[in-house]
Amino acid sequence: MSSSSRYDAIIIGGGHNGLIAAAYLARAGKKTLVLERREIVGGAAVTEEIFPGYRFTEFSYVVSLLRPEIIRDLELPKHGLKILPLPSTVTPLQEGDYLASWEDHDLTRRELYRHSPRDAEAADEYSRVMARAAKAIKPIISLVPPDPASLSWRDLRGLLKLGQYGASLSPTEICRIAKLLTQSAADLLDEWFEFDPLKGTKSASGIIGTFLGPRSPGTAYVLLHHYMGEIDGAFRAWGFAKNGTGGVSAAIASSARALGVEIKTSAPVSKVIVKGGRATGVALENGDEFHASVVMSAADPKRTFLQFVERQQLPGDLVTAVESFRVRGSSGKVNIALSELPDFTCLPGEGPIHRGAISISPSIDYIERAYDQAKYGQVSSEPYIDMVIPSMIDRDMAPPGHHVMSCFVQYAPYDREGGWDDAAREAFGETVVSTIERYAPNIRRAIVGKQVITPKDIERIAGITGGNIFHGELLLHQLFFLRPAPQWADFRTPVKGYYFGASGAHPGGGVMGAAGKLAAQEILKDWK
Amino acid sequence: MSDLYQLKRTPFHERTSALCLPQNWRRWAGHIAVGSYDLTLEREYWAIRNHAALIDVSPLMKYRIEGPDAMRLLDKLTPRNIAKLAIGQVYYTGWCDDEGKLLDDGTITRLAEQAYRLTSAEPSLRWLHMNAVGMDVRITEHTDQVAALSLQGPKSRQVLNRVCDSPVDGIRFFRMAENTIAGRAVTISRTGYTGDLGYEIWLDAADALPVWDALIAGGNDYGITPCGILAMDIARVEAGLFMLDVDYTAATHAWIEAQKSSPYEMGLGWAMALDKPGFFVGRSALEREAAEGPRWKMVGVEVDWESLEQAFGAVGLPPQIPSMTVRASLPAFRHGKQVGYASSSTWSPVLKKYIALVHLERPHYEAGTRIELEVTVQHQRCRASATVVNLPFYDPEWKRA
Repeated sequence: MSSSSRYDAIIIGGGHNGLIAAAYLARAGKKTLVLERREIVGGAAVTEEIFPGYRFTEFSYVVSLLRPEIIRDLELPKHGLKILPLPSTVTPLQEGDYLASWEDHDLTRRELYRHSPRDAEAADEYSRVMARAAKAIKPIISLVPPDPASLSWRDLRGLLKLGQYGASLSPTEICRIAKLLTQSAADLLDEWFEFDPLKGTKSASGIIGTFLGPRSPGTAYVLLHHYMGEIDGAFRAWGFAKNGTGGVSAAIASSARALGVEIKTSAPVSKVIVKGGRATGVALENGDEFHASVVMSAADPKRTFLQFVERQQLPGDLVTAVESFRVRGSSGKVNIALSELPDFTCLPGEGPIHRGAISISPSIDYIERAYDQAKYGQVSSEPYIDMVIPSMIDRDMAPPGHHVMSCFVQYAPYDREGGWDDAAREAFGETVVSTIERYAPNIRRAIVGKQVITPKDIERIAGITGGNIFHGELLLHQLFFLRPAPQWADFRTPVKGYYFGASGAHPGGGVMGAAGKLAAQEILKDWK
Repeated sequence: MSDLYQLKRTPFHERTSALCLPQNWRRWAGHIAVGSYDLTLEREYWAIRNHAALIDVSPLMKYRIEGPDAMRLLDKLTPRNIAKLAIGQVYYTGWCDDEGKLLDDGTITRLAEQAYRLTSAEPSLRWLHMNAVGMDVRITEHTDQVAALSLQGPKSRQVLNRVCDSPVDGIRFFRMAENTIAGRAVTISRTGYTGDLGYEIWLDAADALPVWDALIAGGNDYGITPCGILAMDIARVEAGLFMLDVDYTAATHAWIEAQKSSPYEMGLGWAMALDKPGFFVGRSALEREAAEGPRWKMVGVEVDWESLEQAFGAVGLPPQIPSMTVRASLPAFRHGKQVGYASSSTWSPVLKKYIALVHLERPHYEAGTRIELEVTVQHQRCRASATVVNLPFYDPEWKRA
């Protein structure tokens, strides 16, 4: 291909954020090109048939926070998006008992009451308090983060808005938010509950995608993140996408194409072309060049700032900040093709347990111990596992009578002591199977095929440096105006015309799409 | 195991389910409860007002609070003067958060020198425990262990006199006494949620069926009628009794301040013992409100029948009356401006009036004030004229006699 191709905007990376940004730019009339490294779009939101007939949600597996305005703006339902309910969470326990959280409030209460009457009551209040805190903090997430160190009119206006909003909160709410932002998940949950499996299961959502344990400060905030979906009321953002998360990417790509976006796959970008401090296009690894007045990276912060552009073109403090940005991958996936459903000792036979999440999280100690090993470079010998059986929610995911099971596993440190090789990957898979086997003894004989994904594999296949599922941990010092770096949280970069909009940007990841949409909005503002 | 995928059944389920022919079940505090035993509510409603209606109220949350500090705890939690509550006496009360906003309401029964029973609509164990810190008191939830029946209606005393070992004539309004039915120990309190003569019978869940059977057999001559919660829902509006989550929102459930209600706003000023000594939760906020007067007040409103007839007549219809209590919010206006809303409204079969529990902003809540209530006539929103009246709408002399 010649070097003459001209576009208004080029997006590096065809993950969901890149596609969303492209669609919004095309919607505003910009001729937009998406360049994707792999042969398929979706990034970490892909569904692939690894074994014939069995479709795996390889990396991300549930849709938590996909913004409703994106679904509406891009007419995603018209392009096939359906978010199916994932109504329950069951925590099997070693003693043959279990802890369940069902979709119906009264049933959940009845279930919890069985274990602890006090917790049953506290749980009601806890979820109301968390939902209110989420409601209070949500407007902050929806804003482009102002930089408190900047004096530009835009930042000052943003700060003013944030300040006005803060003043509208009651002292109780402010204290609650301050606490939630600084506490550990374990401390927060100890204030409310006594039943260990309940605390363990709730704390798990505080550590997903971080390299922290439930006793590490800051993890309470991640818990709060999970209530964001709830305050949309009837909207019910939590769920499993038809055809897996790849179905989300496919719907966005279809919408983007309909809006005129051009998508090239198998087109790995090597660098952003910069002339006179301005981005003018990109060069592929094969030397092809594409030109545009705007380039946006939907890759991770490390690639965006340290690989696609020369370090000399960036201020030293930004380089340092991005270099120290924590992207420690801590989790892996084991995707399993099954000839029959796992039969759980605690709830034998096929039942509601199979239609929701199944969580191996018997206590905070269990998870903290799993973390202890990871701290020193070892894979947890008894890991936290979050299982979902997509074929129970969407029958098109596996052949009739058969199933696919997605197991999210933490901790599997990116920097495994001794490194990751085939033997280590195999051992990791075995650890997961034998852990599940303790609760569902038939699992081993039901396995038809198994795909084990380590943080190194996430990096290699999905192209996320460090293999962190959020492109960078959701730690307080990496959020809001600090994500990905101080003064550069507004989707812009020191290179004019070069933007950044992905999970490593504000407001973070989780198949939310907000970063891609907000970045596109900022690009369009600058265009005027 | 499959039981855990369902709502709870009350101890009377075997009897009530056999009688609930229309399968009209409702949800009540995690239980299934009979909505009505007939396809219409008439027979059950008139049992409340003319005979004796037997209502399964077991889903009520029940707590036993005992120990040397039991009185102190309840005195701290509620605005009523618990020191004055005699053994065998029952108080109705609401209780508040520190800002003086209602959390829940229910009854407190003094069972013994140091033992009380508290009933509530919502789970309250956590709130009780939080406030009991440092007190020598034991709090047990026994909702499932204690079955409860409400026997309401002018004949309820005669029914009990026939089936109980000892007569109940001596039980005054809001008092209780021990008794025996079919050889089983029961506690009988002269309380209810209908504004009629009535009693509530508290018993061990294991004794539920024999006690039910004895009441049905002994009450037959007096027209005893199993009654669902929908007929009771009409009677309680006539009695001016409000319901959590329908007529007010618990402060802990509210998303915004405007959703919260104070006891004064709900017409519970009579239950505020601000002259009692010492601290109780919400005291300073309630004292402030008592001095200033509440901004809102829940009052009774009677809709002018002629006005309804006119509104419906304009399109050629007779007034269309809902057959059960309407729990939708209906705007209330005065001089063309919205001044409040109805939270419960119903046709009163005994009064032959359309009545509503209406929340009005000061100064529109005085009795006699003329307002307008929104009614929907053939898909059009209209306003019917109405009058603010004192609660209760219906107050038969035999209720307290």
